[in-house]
Amino acid sequence: MASQVDMLFFTLLAMSVAVVVVIAGLIVYFGYKYRRRPENLVADQIQGSMRLEIAWSVIPLLIAMGIFVWGARLYFEMASPPAQARDVYVVAKQWMWEFQHQDGMREINALHVPLGEPVRLTMVSQDMIHSFFVPAFRVKQDVLPQRYTTAWFQATQPGTYHLFCAEYCGTLHSGMVGDVVVMAPQDFQTWSSQGDAETPAEAGEHLFAQFGCINCHKADNSGRGPALAGVFGRTVTFADGTTTVADENYIRESILNPDAHVVKGYEPIMPSFQGQLNEDQLLQLLAYIKSLGAKQP
Amino acid sequence: MSAITLPRQDTYLNINYGIRSWLLTTDHKRIAILYLVSITLMFVIGGAAATMMRIELFTPASDLVDAATYNKLFTMHGIVMIFFFLVPSIPAILGNFILPLMLGARDLAFPRINLLSWYIYMLGAGVTLWALIAGGVDTGWTFYTPYSTASPTHVVAATVGVFIAGFSSILTGLNFIVTTHKLRAPGMTWFRLPLFVWSLYATSLILVLATPVLAITLVLVAVERLFHVGIFDPALGGDPLLYQHLFWFYSHPAVYIMVLPAMGVVSEIIPTFAHKGLFGYKVVAISSIAIAVLGFLVWGHHMFVSGMSLHAALMFSAFSYLVAIPSAIKVFNWTSSLYKGSISYDTPMLYALGFIGLFTIGGLTGLYLAALGVNVHVTDTYFIVAHFHYIMVGGSVMGYFGGLHYWWPKMTGRMYPEKWGRAAAIIIFIGFNATFFPQFILGFEGMPRRYAAYPPEFQFLNMLSSLGAVLLGIGYILPALYLIPSLWFGKQAGPNPWDATGLEWKTSSPPPANNFEKIPVVTTGPYHYPGKQDKVG
Repeated sequence: MASQVDMLFFTLLAMSVAVVVVIAGLIVYFGYKYRRRPENLVADQIQGSMRLEIAWSVIPLLIAMGIFVWGARLYFEMASPPAQARDVYVVAKQWMWEFQHQDGMREINALHVPLGEPVRLTMVSQDMIHSFFVPAFRVKQDVLPQRYTTAWFQATQPGTYHLFCAEYCGTLHSGMVGDVVVMAPQDFQTWSSQGDAETPAEAGEHLFAQFGCINCHKADNSGRGPALAGVFGRTVTFADGTTTVADENYIRESILNPDAHVVKGYEPIMPSFQGQLNEDQLLQLLAYIKSLGAKQP
Repeated sequence: MSAITLPRQDTYLNINYGIRSWLLTTDHKRIAILYLVSITLMFVIGGAAATMMRIELFTPASDLVDAATYNKLFTMHGIVMIFFFLVPSIPAILGNFILPLMLGARDLAFPRINLLSWYIYMLGAGVTLWALIAGGVDTGWTFYTPYSTASPTHVVAATVGVFIAGFSSILTGLNFIVTTHKLRAPGMTWFRLPLFVWSLYATSLILVLATPVLAITLVLVAVERLFHVGIFDPALGGDPLLYQHLFWFYSHPAVYIMVLPAMGVVSEIIPTFAHKGLFGYKVVAISSIAIAVLGFLVWGHHMFVSGMSLHAALMFSAFSYLVAIPSAIKVFNWTSSLYKGSISYDTPMLYALGFIGLFTIGGLTGLYLAALGVNVHVTDTYFIVAHFHYIMVGGSVMGYFGGLHYWWPKMTGRMYPEKWGRAAAIIIFIGFNATFFPQFILGFEGMPRRYAAYPPEFQFLNMLSSLGAVLLGIGYILPALYLIPSLWFGKQAGPNPWDATGLEWKTSSPPPANNFEKIPVVTTGPYHYPGKQDKVG
């Protein structure tokens, strides 16, 4: 992705240098040739030229539309992580970054990732708006409170790279920095197998039992709420007939504000878990619900 | 050296004396001077904050000032420069003074409202300055929620100040629109209007239509802070992206509020110093209106990484490319206007040519930011800081200084020392590029904006930028050192020192209180210079 962004950036750079050279060149050339001097005290009165006006409106417009399409294609690619990406859950808060890997490792202000493997970030903020920015990967995405945003990248060179918060978030904004450490796949394997932490999905499974979710959302669909296996990414239909794709933010809303959208065929009896679950726990429940889809395709 | 005494002549300056005659004046020319003094003061305050920031950024660590102070400095710099310098500078000073003269009118349509708008500006500035002195504000000039809802600093007072100042803008815009419609001299048809009038008219439309949205948004922030009503803060059930939409709905058009008047100034200076009509006059005039209209459709390009929908991003990117076209057209027309001219290089012309170069760079780098895939990388970095300073300082401030020098003889009746004027213009041009060009590179390399401390590999470019800022600072101090003494020691200007064509040059300098002995009758288009009619090529 970085090289594709740079390709467009440097194309734009070449184009702007050309424009600046032409404009500045003409100003200097006309400025010298037509400077006021005794034999050039009276200017020629030129009203303009409709042909030129059309030319220098239409040609830049066509070029601009070309750049627009190029930039938009890149942007859509940035918004579509590969299906097999490795999941990392991110909680941002004043003024630190917390990461939870899909295989259980947790870290603060450092993010270890394997070389060559796409990494998908599911991010949420605990307070202000932050922004996840790794210049080397050309990736930046605001991290919002009460709402998930996602981003992805794939590292192509081992090394340590800057992670910055790019959205001003208060006093120590410039201290909300960290490192992204890109490791060879086997080194990453070794690193991530140290420690015996639960994976987010396992932690989510425990929460699912602990908060009694399991009493209604029974796996065999005999409970008062719908079974959740495979729900992630599926289109769900609500009581009023509208539909939505069950994405991260829909799952979140269903936990915190279940009455907002009630699935067709079910009663609005689920209580809100607003205030009972912290952001880490919500992400773990999300990871668990996503894993249900993966287990039973 | 002794002051040169002029023969007694009735002017707006000597018609009466004393503090009351100024504070209760309804003469647009005196009100312009009141604005000149107060806006210059705000420029000094905003510039002082910038100077502190650049000194702090000379080294990577946050050592001269701590992070909290640094955040207050960039907030103060932004608020003061945007709302109290850039937005009002050209319209309220130069526009106020020149617009009625250019139209052949005796004053603006509503002289008392004009005075009222200055008092409103002073009240807004006073409240905002109080907030900045009483402990400061650390939200950035953008007041993004939820931080502005949570920040322990004087957010409410600062937003109230900006809110009040907004009404000054609205009244000025309204006054200009009515004046342009109703008070044109006989024969002054729309396509005989000087381009400065066209650009002020376009600016006024934006002032009247966009400023109320800012006012509403700031009221909502204050309501949320004071009464904990959930509007923008998700913790209270609000939506922070709603804030960003409302804020940029004003603040993107505000960019055109700041740059359109400068484009108008440049469109006056070039014909005068090339002694010929502006190439493509009508196209340039219509471009101003096109910019004002299209400028309302692009606000979302500030939000490409905010979590906004992909399809909205697509629309905003496309519209952003459309709004670039009328600006490009203007650059091509200004440049072509030099062809077969008779060009002299007095100070205003140096500023105008500098404007074209810097505005071109600012505009071109806007294309990078409008490209969605590139925007993701460079937004919220120093790239964007450099980009908008090329537009706001390289464009608007160059235009303002150009206009101030161009109309100084008209406003004061005296010439400034030309050599000093040229020297300052060149120092400002070099100092500006030295300050802001390195910031493009810093941004591409990934240095985020609003950082009190930064990784050491960014130091070299930051040092260059800070050294450039010293030069730029010197450049900005110089005009004060020669313009003020010129009031007493400058040589007499006469009605038309530049051999210019506008109606403002048909009356004496400084003009009499009622502008014209006799209202002029207009029989030709603007920029009517002698010379053989010619075609391109």
